[in-house]
Amino acid sequence: MIEIKNCYKKFGKLQVLQDINLSFRKGECVALIGPNGCGKTTLIKSILGMVLPDKGAIDCNGKSIFNDYLYRKNIGYMPQIGRYPDNMTIGQIIDMMKAIRQSDEPLDEDLMTAFGLEKMFDKQMRTLSGGTTQKVSAVLAFLFNPEILILDEPTAGLDPLASEILKEKIITEKQKGKLILITSHLLSELDDLITEIIFMQEGKVHFHKKVSDLKSETKEEKISKAIAQILKNNVHE
Amino acid sequence: MFMNRIVKIILIDILKNKIVLAYTIILAALSWSSFALEDNAAKGLLTILNVILFTVPLVSVLFSTIYIYNSSEFIELLLSQPIKRKKIWTSLFLGLSISMILAFFVGAGIPLLLNAPDSVGIMMLIVGCLISVIFVALAFLSAILTRDKAKGIGVAIMTWLYFALLFDGIVLFLLFQLSDYPIENAMVGLTALSPIDLARIQILLHLDISAMMGYTGAIFKDFFGTTSGLVASFLLLCLWAAVPFYISLRRFKNKDL
Repeated sequence: MIEIKNCYKKFGKLQVLQDINLSFRKGECVALIGPNGCGKTTLIKSILGMVLPDKGAIDCNGKSIFNDYLYRKNIGYMPQIGRYPDNMTIGQIIDMMKAIRQSDEPLDEDLMTAFGLEKMFDKQMRTLSGGTTQKVSAVLAFLFNPEILILDEPTAGLDPLASEILKEKIITEKQKGKLILITSHLLSELDDLITEIIFMQEGKVHFHKKVSDLKSETKEEKISKAIAQILKNNVHE
Repeated sequence: MFMNRIVKIILIDILKNKIVLAYTIILAALSWSSFALEDNAAKGLLTILNVILFTVPLVSVLFSTIYIYNSSEFIELLLSQPIKRKKIWTSLFLGLSISMILAFFVGAGIPLLLNAPDSVGIMMLIVGCLISVIFVALAFLSAILTRDKAKGIGVAIMTWLYFALLFDGIVLFLLFQLSDYPIENAMVGLTALSPIDLARIQILLHLDISAMMGYTGAIFKDFFGTTSGLVASFLLLCLWAAVPFYISLRRFKNKDL
């Protein structure tokens, strides 16, 4: 579904993405992990067309995303830090997105009900806590039933109850055969979610493996321990 | 289709802004009082002209720059949606331009049309609208040139200061320094470099006082007073709006957000 070939990006002198080659298919749930500033968010923003790579190609459903915008119809994006116009209310933001998308397909309002956002529809965005803003971002990402979900640190800032609801939702969507891309630092959270794992470091893809392979190679049950073991081995080499 | 909806959202948001309301009221107060204070309409027009050429650019450029920076969240939100970048930027431009024109029209346009319903009054109206759009376009340029809000607003203020005050100073300086040479024709060309001067000369020539502007005034009248001169100066004003916006659009299309 998404194909990234030889992508490079430089911010000033800093090489943020270096020769990235990745491909994601339907029904996969991919975790993008790595230390801070390794280029995860830049990679995600490149897929969304918010950051334009210096070199390389990105295809979505077989078509280049450069100079295209309609492919974003199939993408739901939940940013790491959602930034919304201060003086709009939750209800206005959601109505505005509906008006902009003008989608004929039925809307997916499960998360809105699960989070109880309807009760807060007339609250202004600037009065919201970080967690509630995250909930709005999550609702918007899932609202239009996109085929591809890109979630940047989805559970950061959410309370345990809300993050459990979100995880449940991600699993349901995965079973529907959607492609889900998650970045996260909390490896323990990913255990029952993901099928593939990508480890990035200093703008390069360190490895890209199926979770089952990773577990059998390292003979570990938990992803966090498996990753730790791989990193340790690398240091020794 | 998308564009109309986004323009509408932006327009409603701007018109709710109290600054725009205050701007409209101030323009109205200035316009009505200058017609009331002067005993003839021509003098009133002259006063309004100076007010327009001073306040309209300032408010347009400053308000727009701040508004663009404050819309960064909105722009980011729209960018992850299936909308062209060009559409987002143009919608923002249209929204700001329309609201600035609306404020000018309600504030200064109505008293102009009521007190001076002749060619000069209408011309002043058109020029005021054009000046509004030009300085909105310059605001887009200064907002895209730098990521930093304080710097961007600084650039916007400098732009206004340059066109409203410094440019006249430079012209005057050149005029005195080179008064021994036949520079009248060059002066006509020089005015094209500032939209405010272009607008001022255009209107002054249509008032009776242009007779008092001496030899340079006569040269100006020779050029700007003719129909082709009029068309040329309006085209130049349109260019002053189109070129800065076009440059900003090009940059916005390739910007990392």
